[in-house]
Amino acid sequence: MFIKLKSLLYDNEVRAIVFQILAVAVIAYFAYQAFDNMMLNIEQRGIRSGFGFLNDEAGFAVNDNFFLEYSPASTNLQAFYVGIVNTLVVAIAGIFFASIIGLIIGVARLSSNYLIRKIATVYIETFRNIPILLQILFWYSIALNAFPSPKNSINFFDSIFLNSRGLYLPKPIMEGEFYLVLASLVIGIVAYIFIKKHSNKKHDETGVVTNTTPHFLSLVVALPIVAYFAFGAQLEYPALKGFNFRGGLDLSVEFFALGFALSVYTATYIAEAIRSGIESVDNGQKEAAASMGLTQAQSLRLVVLPQALRVAIPPIINQYLNLTKNSSLATAVGYSELVTVFSGTVLNVVGQAIEIIILTMLVYLTISLVISLILNIFNKKMQIKGK
Amino acid sequence: MNKLLKLSAVSLLTIGSFGVHAGIFHADTLKDVQAKGVLTCGVSTGTPGFSSPDASGNWSGIDVDVCRAVAAATLGDAQKVKFVPLTAKERFVALSSGEIDMLSRNTTWTHTRDTSLGLTFAGVNYYDGQGFMVQKSLGVNSVKELDGASFCIQAGTTTELNLADYFRANKMEFKAVTYDTSAQTKGGFEAGRCDALTSDVSQLAGLRSTLKDPSSAVVLGDVISKEPLGPVVRKDDNTWLNIVRWSLNAMIEAEELGVTSATIDNASTSPGIQRLQGKSGKLNESLGLSKDWSRNIIAQVGNYGESFERNIGMSTPIQLPRGVNQLWIKGGILYAPAFR
Repeated sequence: MFIKLKSLLYDNEVRAIVFQILAVAVIAYFAYQAFDNMMLNIEQRGIRSGFGFLNDEAGFAVNDNFFLEYSPASTNLQAFYVGIVNTLVVAIAGIFFASIIGLIIGVARLSSNYLIRKIATVYIETFRNIPILLQILFWYSIALNAFPSPKNSINFFDSIFLNSRGLYLPKPIMEGEFYLVLASLVIGIVAYIFIKKHSNKKHDETGVVTNTTPHFLSLVVALPIVAYFAFGAQLEYPALKGFNFRGGLDLSVEFFALGFALSVYTATYIAEAIRSGIESVDNGQKEAAASMGLTQAQSLRLVVLPQALRVAIPPIINQYLNLTKNSSLATAVGYSELVTVFSGTVLNVVGQAIEIIILTMLVYLTISLVISLILNIFNKKMQIKGK
Repeated sequence: MNKLLKLSAVSLLTIGSFGVHAGIFHADTLKDVQAKGVLTCGVSTGTPGFSSPDASGNWSGIDVDVCRAVAAATLGDAQKVKFVPLTAKERFVALSSGEIDMLSRNTTWTHTRDTSLGLTFAGVNYYDGQGFMVQKSLGVNSVKELDGASFCIQAGTTTELNLADYFRANKMEFKAVTYDTSAQTKGGFEAGRCDALTSDVSQLAGLRSTLKDPSSAVVLGDVISKEPLGPVVRKDDNTWLNIVRWSLNAMIEAEELGVTSATIDNASTSPGIQRLQGKSGKLNESLGLSKDWSRNIIAQVGNYGESFERNIGMSTPIQLPRGVNQLWIKGGILYAPAFR
């Protein structure tokens, strides 16, 4: 029996497991002690702890609020949600525009036209090498000073107004039959996908190309709009009352400054990723495309870019994550995203730094993991399938 | 194997003992400060008259003078202060984490801050209230006319909450534009991002004096809140709390006794002045300070009135009247508990 035990001690596999368990135990013990110490110190100093503060009244106002109900009488939890939504809105807008600018600049960087090539290079070298915080402040002060005061707003058809405080748009009033509008949008999208599949099949079989843009416009864009008005819904127009515009949808100048700076900055990295992707595509591919009679644009769209994206997607994922995290620099200009609202104002009112910072970090962690999950799935789809 | 077992046993024990010991601590801020030879004091990132650095990095202001008074009392030298500029959002974490020994940064004494942050207010060195500055061109005379206006505010202040309270109580609408520092709120106000800037009245005067065109803005007469500003310390060290509280009280007491930095060393038969000079009484012992602690404060920093006039009085660009911040014997509410 004893001999058996001793041989176990010298069994490589058993030893490996034992040591790993030991290592985990030591780390867990250390983490537990650190946590225990922290709680003890918090208790000794009489600092409030726990998450009860989330149900307390927030008591402060936020500047930017897109969809949610919020007033100073709302709870801290609602303020937290407003912060998350605002972070997501600026991140999604930033990712969208950074991708478009990045793609254009990345392709332009390899253009055969000297001027276009040089402009793209200058753009990348300038904006990539200036700290993002400075760029945010720069665009903010430009926006504040370039646009007129609310009384002299730039006016588009009495329904859209632009001034140094932001952009004011008509807002659809979401009540009554609104779900019918959503239903018509879903129907439109499904119908379009069906038509697109059909036209692709026709192309594969007969080589005839059908332009599906009119179908897209009528089904996905026009149908919901028609449905919207058909079901008696209305638009709420912004109007100047006293000091500010009231009603409508209000996109603040802080939102624009932050979103613009993030897009312009991140686009430089995306452009470089696209360029390296395009350069990785074998020249023979372009020559083959040209010999088949494809135009340059077709060759780029159908042959080069699909292959280039395989190389470009992993670094682009990183840039999307960076952009999302950089959105926390909004505190500098006062856009009410998560860090400004929650780990800024709420933290100060409540004072529970540990709980609030943990919640904030969890949100960023979740957003980052979701973005990388989505893009990794996309990446897998784009990879060459082994045959 | 044996070696490894011993090693892990030893490391477990070490971590374990660390865990147990770290839990029981004896906060002795005075000893730490005297060992370091310098007082680390949290101040604002630049509030004229309260705490702001000049071109060569020398800090001045009435908040700064409280730091200097504590340094004079504990280290015998009012210059031995390391100033840590903090935004409103950073200040409490900096104090409770031990990064600074005390906070003297125009901080409003509120119930929540005093009871749930593990901190304690040591007194009040300026009684303030929240006011408004508006562009003169708006022609506004009262806050009641500002329904629907945009306000530039500094994040993490009681100002944010008072503003919301006031507008809710009066059933008016407003838009808040929240910045990190008071310099940014001024920038936003100057650029026309907001119609009004709201902050403590004392700061409005200072901010207005630094506008490109001070005459383009007016400070409204309305005051919508009470903001008692004072120094803050951690809750775990009562002796240190007393040192900070009585350093401030010594300055107020000196003004009441008519003692200034110029006259503190004059011979006097008044028992009150003698106690302040450290020539009689044992006020130093329970604080663990040397006998001349209060004398050092007055000699090196001056009494409260001197500090006030030097930093924010009528002869400075800030031009604040004493108002309620006058001694109780002269009709104000400044009142140091009995110095005996």
